[in-house]
Amino acid sequence: MIGGISSGQAALKVDNLHVSFGNARRGSLIRAVDGVSFSVRKGEIFGVIGESGSGKSTLGRCLVGLLSPSDGGVLHGDIDPFKFSRREMNRHRRKYQIVSQDPNAAFDPRMTILQSVCEPLNIAGEGTRAERREKAFAMLDRVSLSPEMANRYPHEISGGQKQRANIARALMLDPTVIVCDEVVAALDVSIQADMLNLFSRLQEQLGLTYVFISHDLRVVSHISDRVAVMYFGKIVEVGPAHAVMETPLHPYTEALRSAEPEITPAANDAKQRIILQGEIPSALSPPSGCRFHTRCPRVRDMCRTEEPKQRELLPGRHVACHFAEEMLAQSEGRGAGHAGRGTADRGASGTEALT
Amino acid sequence: MTDTTNMTSVTESPVKPAQRPALPAPARFRFWAWLWSDKRALISLAYLAILVLAAVFAPVLAPYPPNQQNLMDLLMPPSAQHWLGTDDLGRDTLSRLMYGSYNALYAASLAVGIGIVIGVPLGVFIGFVGGWIDEVGSRIIDGVLAFPPIVLAVAVTGALGIGLTNAMIAVGFAFAPVLARTMRAQTLVVKNALYVEAATGFGASRLHLILRHILPNAIQPVIVEVTLMLAVALLAEAGLSFLSLGVQPPESSWGGMLARAYHYVEVAPEQMYAPGFAIMLTALAFNTLGESIRVLLDPTIKRG
Repeated sequence: MIGGISSGQAALKVDNLHVSFGNARRGSLIRAVDGVSFSVRKGEIFGVIGESGSGKSTLGRCLVGLLSPSDGGVLHGDIDPFKFSRREMNRHRRKYQIVSQDPNAAFDPRMTILQSVCEPLNIAGEGTRAERREKAFAMLDRVSLSPEMANRYPHEISGGQKQRANIARALMLDPTVIVCDEVVAALDVSIQADMLNLFSRLQEQLGLTYVFISHDLRVVSHISDRVAVMYFGKIVEVGPAHAVMETPLHPYTEALRSAEPEITPAANDAKQRIILQGEIPSALSPPSGCRFHTRCPRVRDMCRTEEPKQRELLPGRHVACHFAEEMLAQSEGRGAGHAGRGTADRGASGTEALT
Repeated sequence: MTDTTNMTSVTESPVKPAQRPALPAPARFRFWAWLWSDKRALISLAYLAILVLAAVFAPVLAPYPPNQQNLMDLLMPPSAQHWLGTDDLGRDTLSRLMYGSYNALYAASLAVGIGIVIGVPLGVFIGFVGGWIDEVGSRIIDGVLAFPPIVLAVAVTGALGIGLTNAMIAVGFAFAPVLARTMRAQTLVVKNALYVEAATGFGASRLHLILRHILPNAIQPVIVEVTLMLAVALLAEAGLSFLSLGVQPPESSWGGMLARAYHYVEVAPEQMYAPGFAIMLTALAFNTLGESIRVLLDPTIKRG
């Protein structure tokens, strides 16, 4: 297990999780999540970064039981939700909510916002009609949505307002864990920061545990305590958010990091991007060895045949790369002022450009 | 941030009702206001209401008994005595039209009713469950669809005996797979919608998903299809009566009247107009009303 956390504290524990779609016999098996392990402490914000198709949304939906694992498992605290009957599962899952990517599709177009926000309580059969409405208004207030919005239909309010209502709805059942799947991706940049602050505030007020899924490094590093970087269904790097961002130990993280735009044009010009070479591999036939080897700037022969094991390189930092030590040495070298220590590495120039 | 803060229950801090601005009264659906704003619906509904009244009160309102023959006045054009003229046996066309409207409405409702009761649940079921049930169900639907409704009705009346009810049950069975197919396709779309997944995430049962989300969102095209079907059923009744498989003479039916008029088209062409227009206008009224209902049920279309 990763992170060395005792199970008592863990809100979520993911052990060697596989989620596949399609049919192996027809040759259409897609391993969207392929052997992922991590655990999330109670009250923690755990970020998951990856490009589209990396399996991060599949992972998120599996965490709350909307998809079943094909191998491995997910523990909610000490409970395995996939052992439940359908009825027990429906009761259990109230405490594990997911806020979805697209607020525009998340509401039934025939229900008003108030009806939609009340729906979780209707399903759970909690409280009287008046109590449900009262709680719904309290929730709308909590997410800073004015009560006038309650009687509107989803198409009558903006995307940002919808996402607030979406969050209010997810909070109605007093969940302990919320998976936030690309929650700001569909919003204008101007309200993204606003929304992230809302998430932070709710987390502090309600003691929530978040799994924060995004392709946006800035978003994830801004809000998360720890992050996991996913590539092609596998986690390539896990560690504290700031450490992973500042000294990436996996070439993929490094490349993602370098693709981020700088604020000033000067800094932008000074920075040399690591442009990933090659095609994104086919999901039906993943590459042999390390899955990143087809695009990795630091690729060597070993990577094509041998799959790197995930190992703890520094306390709390896990990497799945054969040559992570080299990257660590380089970054330490830079830290000590010995930039370019002469490792005969093809990727070295790229790393130096990051400084 | 990683420290677990005390779980503050959300219910502890409800907004005081006084702080909350008064909500506008929940928009109650006002039928008459809607009808007044939608003139086409108003006209269609008024026409259909007149038709229903004519059918129900035909014994009171009809100027003549529908089967009373007056052999002195054959194939008369419209006149003061006979507003719509008389047929080839001297029977009053207006009276027969009024009595016939009962058969027309009964036939259309029966056929479409059977189609809805069988087709809609079937379509939702196979669409929602999916897998091999969907495969098998869809093939059966395709098989039944291969039969034209009229041909099926001819076969059924041949087997069960000639009569309006048998014929319309057959037409209803022919309608069911059409509705089932539409409903299945819509269910497939809606069941993968994010809001259905969201409801699943709140622990909703499958019944809740179907009744609360899938059915209301999937049924819209079916409502339109049903109004079209009412028109088709009306024409089927007319057609089957025209082929003398439906309403049996001397009982009156629009199709039967049209069939008689057809025989005298060279002598008295105006005989076709009364039953022909009755069929056409009724079909048109159903269609127009269906379109208005579709617009009414879609909250994303602004009314007014």
